[in-house]
Amino acid sequence: MKTDIILAGVGGQGILSIASILGEAVLREGLFLKQAETHGMSQRGGAVVSHLRISDAAVAADLIPKGAADIILSVEPMEALRYLPFLSPEGYIVTNTTPFINVPNYPDVEKLMEEIRKQPRFVAIDADQMATEIGNKRASNMVMLGAAAPFIDIEPEKIEAGIESIFKRKGEEVVELNLKAFRAGYQFALKNR
Amino acid sequence: MMQNLYLGVEAIGQAAIDGGISGVYAYPGTPSTEITEFIQASKLATEKGVRSKWSANEKTAYEAALGMSYAGKRSMVCMKHVGLNVAADAFMNSAITGINGGLIVTVADDPSMHSSQNEQDSRFYGKFAMIPVLEPSNQQEAYDMVYSGFELSEKLGVPVMVRITTRLAHSRAGVTRKAEVAANPLKLPQHPSQFVLLPAIARQRYKSLLQKQESFEQAAFTSEYNFLKKGSDQTLGIIACGLAINYLNEHYKNRECPYTVMKLAQYPIPEEMLHEMEQLCEEVLVLEEGYPLVEEAVKAIFSKQIKVSGRLSSVLPRDGELNADLVAKVLGLETHEGALVPELVVNRPPALCQGCGHQDMYKALNEAVDKYSKGRVFSDIGCYTLGALPPYESIYSCVDMGASITMAKGAADAGLIPSLAVIGDSTFTHSGITGLLDAVNDQSNIVVVISDNESVSMTGGQESSALGKIESICAGVGVDPDHIRMLVPMKKYHELMVKTFEEEMAYEGVSVIIFRRECIQAAARRLRTERKIKQNPKL
Repeated sequence: MKTDIILAGVGGQGILSIASILGEAVLREGLFLKQAETHGMSQRGGAVVSHLRISDAAVAADLIPKGAADIILSVEPMEALRYLPFLSPEGYIVTNTTPFINVPNYPDVEKLMEEIRKQPRFVAIDADQMATEIGNKRASNMVMLGAAAPFIDIEPEKIEAGIESIFKRKGEEVVELNLKAFRAGYQFALKNR
Repeated sequence: MMQNLYLGVEAIGQAAIDGGISGVYAYPGTPSTEITEFIQASKLATEKGVRSKWSANEKTAYEAALGMSYAGKRSMVCMKHVGLNVAADAFMNSAITGINGGLIVTVADDPSMHSSQNEQDSRFYGKFAMIPVLEPSNQQEAYDMVYSGFELSEKLGVPVMVRITTRLAHSRAGVTRKAEVAANPLKLPQHPSQFVLLPAIARQRYKSLLQKQESFEQAAFTSEYNFLKKGSDQTLGIIACGLAINYLNEHYKNRECPYTVMKLAQYPIPEEMLHEMEQLCEEVLVLEEGYPLVEEAVKAIFSKQIKVSGRLSSVLPRDGELNADLVAKVLGLETHEGALVPELVVNRPPALCQGCGHQDMYKALNEAVDKYSKGRVFSDIGCYTLGALPPYESIYSCVDMGASITMAKGAADAGLIPSLAVIGDSTFTHSGITGLLDAVNDQSNIVVVISDNESVSMTGGQESSALGKIESICAGVGVDPDHIRMLVPMKKYHELMVKTFEEEMAYEGVSVIIFRRECIQAAARRLRTERKIKQNPKL
C-alpha cells in the first residue's frame, strides 16, 4: 500500500499537528513514512505545504512526484487548488471551505469553490464551523484529518490512537474534543464523498 | 525498538548527543538552526552537560569547536552554507592543524535558495580543505554518519564535514538510535606544536594532510555508505550522490534499476570504484544535488570514450534542486502531471508581520530620505530585508552578513552623501561591529540604523548575542555618544523618528540610530509562557 498526501494551508494553521498525528500512527503500525515540510522564509502567513508519504515499503523521495498524490488535504480552499499539479487523476481533494484571507487580492470564495467542484473527486467541508459546534474552532484541523481518513490506508482507530498520544499531555478534555472533531469529519466525508 | 520520528536536522542533533559530544557551537541559519535547537531542548544533553548556547557568528563557533577538540573532547559546529564562508579561515586551517577530539562540521546547503542568497555547494569546501565529506541520503544515514563521524574524525585525524541540503534537513522519517557513547576525557594533543601553524610547522602539517589523502580515499572506498551495484543493462551507468539516490529509486520497484548504479555518500571520490564502474557501462549519468562536482571529476578520470552527462552537460538543470520528475525525464521514463493551477489562485508574498517595529522604522526612513535621489540605503540579512519589497522599497542591497555598514561606508567614501545602512541587532554583533570600527576610524559620513527587535527573528526567535549591549558596543568602538540615538519604532513617534533621521543625516560623521522594540512574535511567545506560568506556577 501507499498513500501520498499533500498537506496544504497557511503558516500557523495546524498542518504540522496533522502530520505528527499521522506520523505517530504510521510508526505504531510499523509502516514507513517520509514527511517533508516546506516553509521557505520563516515568515508568518505564507503558503505552507507538507508532503506526507506513507507506505508498507521504504519511501524513496521526500517529495511526492507530480500527478502522484492520492489526497490533497487542505485547511484552506485556495491552497487546495495551488497543488493540483501534484494530484493523481484518481486522487481526492479534501478541503476546508473557510478561507484564510491575508492578501488584498484574495479571489472570490465562490469562484474558488466552483473550481474545486470541477474536480472529479472532492470533499468540501466547513471545518471551522463544525469545530465551533463541537466546542472549539481550533479543532478544525482534526475535522479535516477526519474528512481525509476514509482515503488513507490506515484504520481510523489507529489514527485516533495517534490523536490521543499527541494531545494527552494537554489533558483528557482536549483529547476528547479532538477525537470528536475527527469523528465528525470522518462521518461527513463518508456521506459526502 | 520503537523508531523516533525525526527531521533530518533532529536526527543529526540526536546523533551528536548519542555520539558523545561535549559541545555544539552554531549561529542560527536556515536550514541548519534546528540541529542546535534540538540539542538545547534535549533533556539528555542537559544531563550530560553538553554546552549548546548560540555563538556570535559561524567563525567564533568554529574556533570554539576546534578549541574543544584541542582539549580532547568531541564537538560539532553547525551552520548554513553561507555561514561556512564566514568560518572559512578557521575551517581551512583546521584541516591543517588536524583535530584531537573528534570534530564534525555540519553544513546545510540550500539548493533552490528557499531562504538564502545563493546555492553554493559545500562539497567544494570539503574538497578545497581536503577533508572527508559525508553526504547522507536519508534521515537514518544522517544519524549514523554523525554518530560514527566522530570516530572517523579521530581515526583520520581531521575534521569531517557532514553536508546536508534543505530537503533532508526539513523532512521527517523514522530513525533508530544507537547506544550512547560516553564523552572523551580532557586530554591535550600529543604534540604541543600540532596547532601552531607557524610556517615551518604548517609546512609539515600540510605535508601530513597530503599524505593522509590516500587513507581518506580508502575510507571512502570501503565505506558502508558507498556502493557499486552491477546492472543488467550495460548501456548506462548512474552515479547518484547523497539524496539523489532517492530520486532514482523512486522509479524502480524494490530498487531494481537495470543500470549499474554507484551510490556516493562519502568523499573524496574513491577512484578505484570509478575504475570498476568504467568496465561496466558505456555511458555515465551523474545525479548530484548542487554544483557538478562529481561530474567534473569523473570526466577527468574516465577514458574519453565514455560519455559523461549531468548538470554540466545540461541534461539536467544547472541550478535548483533535483527531484524525481527531473530524473524520470532524463532517463526517458514516463512522467505525470496533474491538472493545472487555476488562474485565479494568487500568491501570498512574504511580508513583515502586522505590528512589526521594522515597518514603523521604514515608514520614517522613507519620509526622511524622500528629498534625496533613490538608492542610498544599504541593508543586510534578516526580516528587515523584506523592506526591499512593496510597500516600502526602502533598501538597495542585501549581500552578506554585516555588508550594510561597510557598503554604506564605501559609497559615502565615493561621495554618495547621505548614505545609510539598515542592520538588525543580531546581524550587527555577527559581523557589523568591525565595519563600524572602520567607519569610525575613517570618519565616514554614514548613518547606521540598528533595527533592534531583541531577537534573531528570521530563523524563529533565537536569543540575540546583541541583547542589552548595542549602545555600549557602539560607544566602545568610538561612535560619538551624542550621535548614538535611541528610538522606539511606533506610529505615535513617527515625527520624532523622521526628525532624528534628518538631524543625523546632517551630521558629518558616523551616526548610529537604534530603533528598539521587541519582535512581536517573540512578545507573543513570551506572553503565552508568562500566562502558562501564572496558571501553573509549578512549571
